[in-house]
Amino acid sequence: MPLSSATVRRLQVFLLFALLLLVAAGPEERRLSIYSTAANYSLAVQSRQGVDYIGLLEVLEPLGTVSAKTNGHRWKIRFNNVEGEFTDGKPQTKAGGTNIDLPASFVLENDRGLVPLSSLTILLPRLLGGPVTFHPAARRLFVGNAAVHFTAQISKTNPPALVINFTSPVNPTITTEQGRLAMKFTREGLVGPATPTITFDSKAIPSATFQEDNGAAELTFSGTVPLMASFSNDNRTITIAQPQAAAVQGRTAPSPPLPAASSPAVPSPTAPSSAAPSPGSSPGETRHYFAVIDAAHGGDESGATLAGQLLEKDITLAVARTLRQELAARQMTALLVRDADVAMTTEQRASMANAAHPAIYLCLHASSQGTGVRLFTSSIPHGASDQGPFVEWESAQVQFLPSSQKVAARLGAALQTLQVPVRSLPAPLRPLNSIRTAAVAIEIAPPDLTTGLNSAAYQESVARMVAIGLAAMRDELEAGR
Amino acid sequence: MIPRHLAIAIVVMLLIALGMSFFLWRMRGRSSTGEFATSNAVPVAPPVTGPTEQVTLYVADDNSGTLRATSALIPLPSARQQRGEELLRALLSAYAAKSSHHVLGSGSEVRAFYLVDPGLAVIDLNRAFADGHRSGVLVEELTVASLARTLSANLPGLTQVQFLVDGKQRDTLAGHADLSRPYDISAMNQLAEQLQSGQ
Repeated sequence: MPLSSATVRRLQVFLLFALLLLVAAGPEERRLSIYSTAANYSLAVQSRQGVDYIGLLEVLEPLGTVSAKTNGHRWKIRFNNVEGEFTDGKPQTKAGGTNIDLPASFVLENDRGLVPLSSLTILLPRLLGGPVTFHPAARRLFVGNAAVHFTAQISKTNPPALVINFTSPVNPTITTEQGRLAMKFTREGLVGPATPTITFDSKAIPSATFQEDNGAAELTFSGTVPLMASFSNDNRTITIAQPQAAAVQGRTAPSPPLPAASSPAVPSPTAPSSAAPSPGSSPGETRHYFAVIDAAHGGDESGATLAGQLLEKDITLAVARTLRQELAARQMTALLVRDADVAMTTEQRASMANAAHPAIYLCLHASSQGTGVRLFTSSIPHGASDQGPFVEWESAQVQFLPSSQKVAARLGAALQTLQVPVRSLPAPLRPLNSIRTAAVAIEIAPPDLTTGLNSAAYQESVARMVAIGLAAMRDELEAGR
Repeated sequence: MIPRHLAIAIVVMLLIALGMSFFLWRMRGRSSTGEFATSNAVPVAPPVTGPTEQVTLYVADDNSGTLRATSALIPLPSARQQRGEELLRALLSAYAAKSSHHVLGSGSEVRAFYLVDPGLAVIDLNRAFADGHRSGVLVEELTVASLARTLSANLPGLTQVQFLVDGKQRDTLAGHADLSRPYDISAMNQLAEQLQSGQ
């Protein structure tokens, strides 16, 4: 039957769009995430004749001592004291002395042994000597008891907040948009509840959904109000609430000193420890922090890309955690505005800092330009008005500016002892103008032309000197609250 | 089984679709090249000719983290707005020089310069200027101070300067320097003084 010209044209347009879509939409890399007590890691999945494969050596390497040897078409692997034997192109194999039929043939490519992804549940228990749990649709594999569980409940505060407690420290990437807050867990073996949707007895946060896909888990909270997450209890507790309530919850949540998960993205693996509450503090007690430390940038907003492909957001977080420890060692409590890789607006940061009523607000930045440490105070004009019962958001710093400049000068003097260039300047930098306490931004550049910013020793030195400088004027700052 | 004429029609259409995709791809390449050329185009107005005047440009130096006052002889018209345009053009030329110690991103230009009222100057940067600018508190501050101080030193009576990017307000230059509000010239002059001293 001849095709009409209209049909031919439609078909032509359809084919054109199909082709363009194929060209435009590059496939997302498919990954397998593995969670174990030894390490959490992620590997790229290979496709061979429509079957998902994974490199067995790469799977086993982080879990123990492993070696592999190729002999013609045969491939032998040894993990600790257990051996496996494979033959290229054949599904029959032997692992831990047991004959096994793989669901598809073993593939040997450039001395690299690939096994079908679905065979890991058969192979790994024999090689590792323990159970594994595989979530095939999401490609998430749990070795032994590596899963992280959570509970969530609405607190009876006003306004109410949702308090989520995790069995291990977590460090999700958090994104917020109108009526929605999502936490993506790429490094933690978070497992969900029996049903993917959880409902809460709250009008502000009515429900949450759990889903997992491509090696990651995601918890999404719906909200009828703007939502913000705050971390406490060394990243074992996340509180979701309206911005101001979240800040208060984060301050009041108990946080005993515990080692927390270090993010692989943070170059200096400084374990965050608590500087905050005394052991006797209760969840309802309001705490007063001496300092609020704001690690600039975070989440999708990485800040500067520094030498060696370091991201400014990771350096600032590492230094913030170190500074919290240094202050704690001198009996000064500190609240971190962010203690994870999470994006926050400068308004949210200022709101959180102002709600905490600290004696000092420190904002941390990092740069590859030049050397040494730069201390910045607000560049707000001195004559800006701050009269009447209302404080203008953009000039809230005015009455604290002399105090901020004094702190900058004292910190500068302390940092001079590191024998690096130190400068003190005003800067048009958010959110300094909106902070209602002494406020200083610290931009850390490399100490010299040969040492990088990721030097843990350098980060610690800077943090220590800042803590020493603040300790020297502690009483003065407390009096100026 | 698919009739022969239908199979031929599908093959022909597939070839046409492939040809059109290739054509579109080529066109897109040309279009983006054209856009780049536009962004590299000469900025606000054709260069002026006429009597030259000695002006002071405040040029940033990343090595020392300072602003340096530099004298330059440039042709300057009498109208204030055109003078501002020429001053910015001269400053950007200094940054484009190979010997510059404050490198701006490729294609950085000032799209337009306005004097909204006698005291407020508006500098409209192109997108390449902001997107290609290095990120950092000091390095961004040097750029902002350099532009503002050069204008205030040579255009008496300015009280404020506002930065736009591609004709719109933008939060920051490259993640740090606040561009959301006009800068007070007296505060910028004080800042420039501190940046000149290097302390």
